[in-house]
Amino acid sequence: MMNKVTIEIDGKKLSVPAHYSLLQAAGSAGIQIPTLCYLKGVNEIGACRMCIVEVRGVRGFQTACVYPVADGMVVQTNTDAVRTARKNVLQLILSTHCQDCLTCEKAGGCKLQDYCYEYDVDTSAYNGKNNEYIIDDSNPFYYRDNNKCIVCQRCVAVCSVLQCTAAIGLVDRGFNTFIGADNDKKISESKCVSCGNCVSNCPVGALTPKKKVKFREWEVKATRTICPYCGVGCELFLRVKGNTVVDVVPANGPANNGMLCVKGKFGYDFINHPDRLTQPLIRKNGVLETSSWSEALALIAEKIKGVKQINGADALAGLSSARVTNEENYLFQKLFRAVIGTNNVDHCARLCHASTVAGLATTLGSGAMTNSIEEVTGADVIFVTGSNTTETHPVIGAKIKQAQNRGAKLIVAEPRKIELAETADVFLQIRPGTNVALFNGMMNIILTENLQNARFIAERTENFAELEEIVKNYPPERVAEICGIDTAKLREAAIMYASANNAAIYYAMGVTQHSTGTQGVMAISNLALLCGQLGKECSGVNPLRGQNNVQGACDMGALPGDFPGYQKVVNPEVVAKFEQAWGTKLSSAPGLTVTEMLNAASSGKIKFMYIMGENPMVSDPDTTHVAQSLKALDFLVVQDIFLTETAALADVVLPAAVYAEKDGTFTNTERRVQKIRPAVLPPGAAKTDYRILLELMNVLDYPATYADASEIMDEIALLTPIYAGINYHRLEQKGLQWPCPDKQHKGTKVLHIDGFSRGKGLFVPAEYIPSRELPDAEYPLLLTTGRNLYHYHTRSMTGRVDGLNALSPASYIEINPVTAERIGVSDGELVRVQSRRGQIETTVRITDIIEQDIVFMPFHFAIGSANVLTNSAVDPTAKIPEYKVCAVRIKKK
Amino acid sequence: MKTAEQLEQIRQATLARINLRKATSNSVVEVVQDNRAHVMICAGTGCTSSNSEAIIKEFNDKIVFHGLEERITIVKCGCLGLCAQGPVVIIYPENCLYKTVKVSDVVDIVEQHLLRGKKVGRIFGGNLNDVASETEISKFFSKQLRIALRNCGLINPESIDEYIAFDGYKALAKALFTMSPAKVIEEVFASGLRGRGGSGFPTGKKWSFAASSADSDKFVLCNADEGDPGAFMDRSVLEGDPHALIEAMIIAGYAICAHEGYVYVRIEYPIALERLNIALEQARNYGLLGDNIMGSGFSFNLSVRLGAGAFVCGEETALIASIEGGRGMPRPRPPFPAIQGLWKKPTLINNVETFANIPNIVLRGSSWYSSFGTEKSRGTKVFAVGGKINNTGLVEIPMGTTLREVIYDIGGGIPNGKAFKAAQTGGPSGGCIPAALLDTPMDYDSLIAIGSMMGSGGLIVMDEDTCMVDIAKFFLEFTVEESCGKCPPCRIGIKRMLEILERITSGEGQPGDIEKLQELAEVIKSTALCGLGQTAPNPVLSTLRYFRHEYEEHITMKKCAAKVCKKLIKYRIAADLCKSCGLCAKFCPVGAISGDRKTGHIINTHKCVRCGVCTGKCPMQAIGIS
Repeated sequence: MMNKVTIEIDGKKLSVPAHYSLLQAAGSAGIQIPTLCYLKGVNEIGACRMCIVEVRGVRGFQTACVYPVADGMVVQTNTDAVRTARKNVLQLILSTHCQDCLTCEKAGGCKLQDYCYEYDVDTSAYNGKNNEYIIDDSNPFYYRDNNKCIVCQRCVAVCSVLQCTAAIGLVDRGFNTFIGADNDKKISESKCVSCGNCVSNCPVGALTPKKKVKFREWEVKATRTICPYCGVGCELFLRVKGNTVVDVVPANGPANNGMLCVKGKFGYDFINHPDRLTQPLIRKNGVLETSSWSEALALIAEKIKGVKQINGADALAGLSSARVTNEENYLFQKLFRAVIGTNNVDHCARLCHASTVAGLATTLGSGAMTNSIEEVTGADVIFVTGSNTTETHPVIGAKIKQAQNRGAKLIVAEPRKIELAETADVFLQIRPGTNVALFNGMMNIILTENLQNARFIAERTENFAELEEIVKNYPPERVAEICGIDTAKLREAAIMYASANNAAIYYAMGVTQHSTGTQGVMAISNLALLCGQLGKECSGVNPLRGQNNVQGACDMGALPGDFPGYQKVVNPEVVAKFEQAWGTKLSSAPGLTVTEMLNAASSGKIKFMYIMGENPMVSDPDTTHVAQSLKALDFLVVQDIFLTETAALADVVLPAAVYAEKDGTFTNTERRVQKIRPAVLPPGAAKTDYRILLELMNVLDYPATYADASEIMDEIALLTPIYAGINYHRLEQKGLQWPCPDKQHKGTKVLHIDGFSRGKGLFVPAEYIPSRELPDAEYPLLLTTGRNLYHYHTRSMTGRVDGLNALSPASYIEINPVTAERIGVSDGELVRVQSRRGQIETTVRITDIIEQDIVFMPFHFAIGSANVLTNSAVDPTAKIPEYKVCAVRIKKK
Repeated sequence: MKTAEQLEQIRQATLARINLRKATSNSVVEVVQDNRAHVMICAGTGCTSSNSEAIIKEFNDKIVFHGLEERITIVKCGCLGLCAQGPVVIIYPENCLYKTVKVSDVVDIVEQHLLRGKKVGRIFGGNLNDVASETEISKFFSKQLRIALRNCGLINPESIDEYIAFDGYKALAKALFTMSPAKVIEEVFASGLRGRGGSGFPTGKKWSFAASSADSDKFVLCNADEGDPGAFMDRSVLEGDPHALIEAMIIAGYAICAHEGYVYVRIEYPIALERLNIALEQARNYGLLGDNIMGSGFSFNLSVRLGAGAFVCGEETALIASIEGGRGMPRPRPPFPAIQGLWKKPTLINNVETFANIPNIVLRGSSWYSSFGTEKSRGTKVFAVGGKINNTGLVEIPMGTTLREVIYDIGGGIPNGKAFKAAQTGGPSGGCIPAALLDTPMDYDSLIAIGSMMGSGGLIVMDEDTCMVDIAKFFLEFTVEESCGKCPPCRIGIKRMLEILERITSGEGQPGDIEKLQELAEVIKSTALCGLGQTAPNPVLSTLRYFRHEYEEHITMKKCAAKVCKKLIKYRIAADLCKSCGLCAKFCPVGAISGDRKTGHIINTHKCVRCGVCTGKCPMQAIGIS
């Protein structure tokens, strides 16, 4: 029972929770109290003095935002005295405020303007002096104009409490107080990560986005939708003027709680970019020429039929997309399975979390994040490994820091001293590719110290004996040697994890993208099972998915062995069910994976490929091989929003709509199916992917008659047990987390509470096997790859945002100073990097966040592309390539 | 130290060595016979700044030179309060005080006084215990009552043994071994002690709030962030008797069940800080701080946290924010620190002077303490007396002593025979007291009633040459400078008030300015977040209350009667007195004076910057202000 108290506000008797502030209490009764500085849970500091009220029996005014309710309290929020005092405060604030309301970008959305109107405040009250500040325009995305700042500190709180970057604070004091970066630096020289959450929360015009298109607050309409970048699934509002997205502001979504990162907040220029594809293109005489939809679709249909007739359906293959909606992924795999007749359908999950899907499905029965994003802040111990969370999943990264600020301990195991490592309680700087040894070593220590959860092991797991047998071979000294870490720190990490009440593991590609990726994932699963950190809140094994809908694309069966909902192609009952639903004969032979498709293309087995929203020419390992494979095809269809490096090789290019132009759903990393909504119309003749797909199906004489995306979801729900309870109506509020087996089910926040999806948790221990290609005399350096904060995947979107390019303009290679000196290269120098597969040119960035003889490159850039160098050796189970380890050498130019 | 008996052993052993400092007239003979003497040299900040360190060195050298080490003990001690007369040297057992001692005087004190028993007349100030005599010194001390400052000037602050000798840590032993925590609080409550930081909140009540929380983590904080201009009460306790604070804080910890405490000291107090750290180290070494104090089972740790010297950090919630590592900014209360303070844990916070009273209250009992002072303001109050007064320094008086007694009896009156105009108590948060109210008793409620406040103990005396508008402006300049900037009324409002005062004092005042000042003052008082902001208008309001005519004169007649406001005055050379010596013209920094031996000199008032240099240089006193 929640403790309640009875109070009276403006004559209304209310019963409110005892922990409420007066502001909350008044709000619950619909009584509006003005505020300027208040941000719920973030900035409750009573600074602006606007929320003052009178409390009977208490001398003076009290600030409602922080004043706790008490039983019997009698409050007046709007007396003459209160209103006069507020007016006086407003007069004072206005006397220091630059009053360029006519030209101010915030006019119409400015709280100070609104209150001055409401309280009849004009500018005549005081003619005092004011400080004059130079506008800080050093950040590519926003201005800080302290002449308009009211020092409410909302930005400061957002930066330190929510984003946990603490780039800005109050400088100087008294009348000269202003908000700035530490030591009064420019924003661009501070720790600012350009998340823009401060801009979103500024109540006045002190922080305004640098607008490409000028607009007035009243000229735009807002559409609530989901961010198109990483897998966090932040909810946001697209603000649209005419048919142009002109601004993005965060929504209070379940995954993001009002936060966004730099890409989500400012990376929207690609939507209305002139480079967008607006017409279908057909290659004629070697040149891509504009065509009509009917011509393009007819040509594709003709090629599909031709190849199928001559080489059989398995000579066709399709790459679906982690970028498009669930509905579109569903249609794409249906196109290949039901219309073309092959299971040769896969997508880039193969390249990121295939090992997770395979590994966790084996050990737990379900290959997805076991817990939810909102639980990040509740964990006692957080173990981050193989994830540079603050850059790749910035909002989750911020939540990990929030958890730390609330007292959670943080363990980080990473090859680079990433941002989270700086504040971690234990940082293990492991050699890339040694994850299995690391986790085995932790388990060895836990068993030696007898810290395992014996009851959990006995009741909820199987195959413990084998684990003990294998882990025995990993004493800390050996593991420390393999991983290149300190034994004592390894022990500290193991004990910290095992002793926690609730310990959560967050991992990503640093674990999965290895030739032993599946073993790495299963080793993590073993560790969590050993300590009973599964099936409860704020714990679990949490793979962080990299793309907006990579979880959904997997869920929808854009996988060669799985129908939607991970129903197996090899299961005759499943095949029968889909044959009946789709009214056609289906193949029961698992298809080819991404990596296998490309090999098959180069060897001539695959003749036709249809690539929707993917760019393997930059994203896949060993680019030379990829190009050669794609060029070997008889026919290549690429459906995308820009003429990507891959689309440039296509025979037909189909112009698709972006997320902001369509209806549908994305499933985020925490299995939450969320609604996206169209805000603008597609440019030219571009169409939504589902419209293109269903038109193609119709051209291929397969009747597809969905009136809109919601009908596709209804069909998905019908055939996919984990999505059975989902329809658009139910998704309107805050989405649903699968499994959601029926229309009454509220969705599943935590997996495996009552039992694992497979019954018991399975220990699958593995020996440590070194990476396939290690440095040697010829190629002495170990290259590992990853992302950075400012770019997304192959830059087809972020590369078209000027500000992001300004912050991260080109390819680079991170080198330890000692290594750099040995090779004789200096910071900023253009060098040639060579591997056994190719060579590229890139710029040296000398940094001590990386250890000697290990180098790091982001894979985003097509020029100086890391994937020219990477090794396409794959994990035998999941077929995921070993992006994270290969051998290279650096030559001076 | 494992038992209270060990404490008693130390006390007796040390007392035997230093009891001559407390010698009564009867015992003098006895002590003098064995020819021992203690030479106490003030090493407070005031006397240190007038070279007392060199004096100490000189004494030591001379003692060695004469081979007197056995007989004469040189002791550096804390402040006796006679700062205007510093450096001060006292010789026991005779209680003989030497004032304004110079290094060159030391040889005479040693060779005449210590070797021959002859007082050095030219620097002799009087005998401390000679109440009957009518010397300046006896007048200064006779109306004082030193409880918080009891050991200042009497012991070496760097010696824990000397503190113990004069009953130090005896109150702690009494509390730990004979009193329950509740009994300690009861005693403090009954003593009537109120917060000496300025608010005057009953200390016992504060302690009982903090005690009432069941939280296992609590903190005891000492506010040693004394920031009023000219105030140095707390600094003097820290410099002269740091163990008194430590002992009190341990007692407070015991009373409220806290085991950890911090002293928040500004880094601008280097001597205080050094002595406090030495004292903490000694207390830890003696087992008086730390685990299982004197075997009682009670544990308490105490450490120092440094402040950067922001006035606002004396506000308790800002002080807490600063200890937590944040910017020192106040937050609204409730919740009060006693419920949710440092790290959101129940926190007791008192200032140095408040704590300094505690050991005596516990040791001698609440009724002893409450026998001093007035009904609602018990005990004593320390004031740092400054400004236009003869005995600038530190005084401790029973509550209820009148302002007149402080200024004329203890303080020795106004220098140069000038008339008293007003006194400011409560620093920038307080108000002025005009001559008509000189007989106001100095206690919390009387001061509030006349529009001022007790404050932490700053007492600034102003004579007839003071412009009250200028004084108000001075205090506002201070608060504008020291405002943390968090809330608009303080950040902007005080600045706007100051701007009006600047206008008025530069002859640009307009009708309606006074009303505007009053209006702004009310807005700030009622809407500012913390005590600093809410009280910042007080100097304006109280000067308006008693000296409104001065404001009106400035505004309507563009006149500053006290001849302080530079823009409203003109320097003029009286032609009949001027002998055309040319000194004024020679020293004028802006070349505003011209003339020659024949014509006499005149001041070009457009060029003149009213620095006043010429007035001082004129041998004929021919230059005056009009």
